[in-house]
Amino acid sequence: MVERAPILDTICHAILIAGALLVCVPLYFAFVAGSLSIAEVQKVPLPWLPGDQFVANLQAAWVKADFSRTFLNSIVVAVGIAAGKIAVSLLSAFAITYFRFRYRMLAFWLIFMSLMLPIEVRIVPTFEAVANAALPLQWLADTLHVADLWKWISGHDVTIALEWNMVNTYPGLILPLIASATATFLFRQFFLTVPDELCEAARLDGASPLRFFWSILLPLSVSNIVALAIILFLFGWNQYLWPLLFTTDKDMATAVIALKNLIPRSDSEPAWNIAMSGALLTMLPPTLVILLLQRWFLKGLIDSSK
Amino acid sequence: MKASSPILWPEAPTVQTAPQSGLARSQHTSPGESAAGRKAVADRPVKARTPRRGHPDREPGLKRANFGRGAGLPTLLLLPQLLILAFFFFIPSLRALMQSVLLSDPFGSNVQLVWFDNFKALFANGEYRQSIVTTIWFTVAQNVITLAVAVVLAFATDRVVRGRSVYRTLILLPYAIAPAIAGILWAFLFNPVVGPLAHMLHALGISWDPNRNPNDALWLVIMAASWKHICYDYIFLAVGLLAVPASLMEAAAVDGAGPIRRFFLIALPMLGPTVFFLAVMNFIYGFFETFAIIDAVTHGGPAGATNILVYKVYVDGFVNLDLGSSAAQSVLLMTFALICTLLQFRYFDHKVNYGV
Repeated sequence: MVERAPILDTICHAILIAGALLVCVPLYFAFVAGSLSIAEVQKVPLPWLPGDQFVANLQAAWVKADFSRTFLNSIVVAVGIAAGKIAVSLLSAFAITYFRFRYRMLAFWLIFMSLMLPIEVRIVPTFEAVANAALPLQWLADTLHVADLWKWISGHDVTIALEWNMVNTYPGLILPLIASATATFLFRQFFLTVPDELCEAARLDGASPLRFFWSILLPLSVSNIVALAIILFLFGWNQYLWPLLFTTDKDMATAVIALKNLIPRSDSEPAWNIAMSGALLTMLPPTLVILLLQRWFLKGLIDSSK
Repeated sequence: MKASSPILWPEAPTVQTAPQSGLARSQHTSPGESAAGRKAVADRPVKARTPRRGHPDREPGLKRANFGRGAGLPTLLLLPQLLILAFFFFIPSLRALMQSVLLSDPFGSNVQLVWFDNFKALFANGEYRQSIVTTIWFTVAQNVITLAVAVVLAFATDRVVRGRSVYRTLILLPYAIAPAIAGILWAFLFNPVVGPLAHMLHALGISWDPNRNPNDALWLVIMAASWKHICYDYIFLAVGLLAVPASLMEAAAVDGAGPIRRFFLIALPMLGPTVFFLAVMNFIYGFFETFAIIDAVTHGGPAGATNILVYKVYVDGFVNLDLGSSAAQSVLLMTFALICTLLQFRYFDHKVNYGV
């Protein structure tokens, strides 16, 4: 439908330009501040045009926040979350849509209870669980009096002290963030739209369930997998609370956490120029992902919320 | 108007009774659509319960062509997910439930069962009640601002032709930016000493200092949180507007409704389920993900003005080491999140009914 409403169209353009400015003004000032020297950035008012210290500040921020280490950590965590969650979810979604077994609905509800409970609400007990993942086993051993049993059988006195500390490890950073059902739900919805004829044909040809999964279902899911991987990568890169609790060892900090330590506090030198160039560096990888893979990103964003 | 427009309407004109509707619909849609339509119907719990011809024992959410009854392989396939959920979801959640009815000192040596005393103590605590009020203010203001700006931007995007993808890309950018970084950017803009926007406020004679004035601090985190989240609401609304049937809009235009009237009387009501979904998602975002903004910008201060519930859980659990109280707060937040989840499931139903 073509309709002439030049005044309204002009207003719409004005609205959109205002919206774009709203997004860009904070980013522009971050760039300006990131290009000034420490003396200039404290001048009031802040200059409107960038200075010439941009590269020097980037280098300073890179060293000060140890980005060569923390970027690596962020990449490992983000990729680990994306790959782990997708792999685990594909398998479980396959199981609950393509197999008829006794406790299918139970498994379904167990998984979907976790659909929307973010890690922030159960942060303290999750931290305890990861600080010693063997705690439930210990509890089991204590309740069943395994130690007494062993003493009775062998005559030796033993104490069972299980400990499996995951603080400051990659699995400890990654696994708790995989524990939710969003991706499983997405793949389940997708599998339900795959034509039944494909599975029937595969069975006629004598394909095993795993063969069907690998040769037919997985290739069909590629676009969903890519889209979801992008969303999960952004989710993992931008994580804050969970890595914050895990940065007892500086070498395991992620980029966002390292950046947080660059923000000037009231008792330190107000090095906003370094903090801002650090912020620009940290937001660069996810921004590139959105700009370069926008179509996939949009698909993932819409799909993962259905 | 296009002659083929009725094809856009596979869902609407069915007047048949429930058991027939799946079949009736498949007659006037293409084969691919009918397969999808049948799944959607089978997925709905109400419809799935009515036995269908040929498949009397059909289970909801199970493929018609499946791999039979063996339980070994599916158990193996489910094992990784169930193990991860057990260790990092169910056991922690149960422990939170248990701790919420226990009283223990910070060293965990003296534990006793106190039933609901932790909850009672919470609601008797003025600080906690203040935190609830702060959280409601924060999330409601953030929700209203985010949705209002997103609706206006989505409407404008739907109108313009030239430059649409450029606008969309720019408005989407904050999605890439971590909440903590969004907080840092705004903390700098409104820093009372060096911030350029704070300087403008001062020039206008407004005394602005989020480090001292509680109201200023609350507005600062509301602005940062909204700025980060507008893109999310915006993209869902923009995509939703594209799906509003052109024939409806054309019919209204023929009847003399202007663009703005059409938007409010046709497009927006059709997007009702989307708006509802976004409102719930905004609450989830405001309640939980904004932790990073608070921690990076205000640390809950000044004088507890930005101490939202999730931040208080963290402070009480990890700084004050009051595990019982922190667990009780976690349980309350979990209850809230579960209510949101149930609301979202209702949204799925609505979405199917409207066919948007």
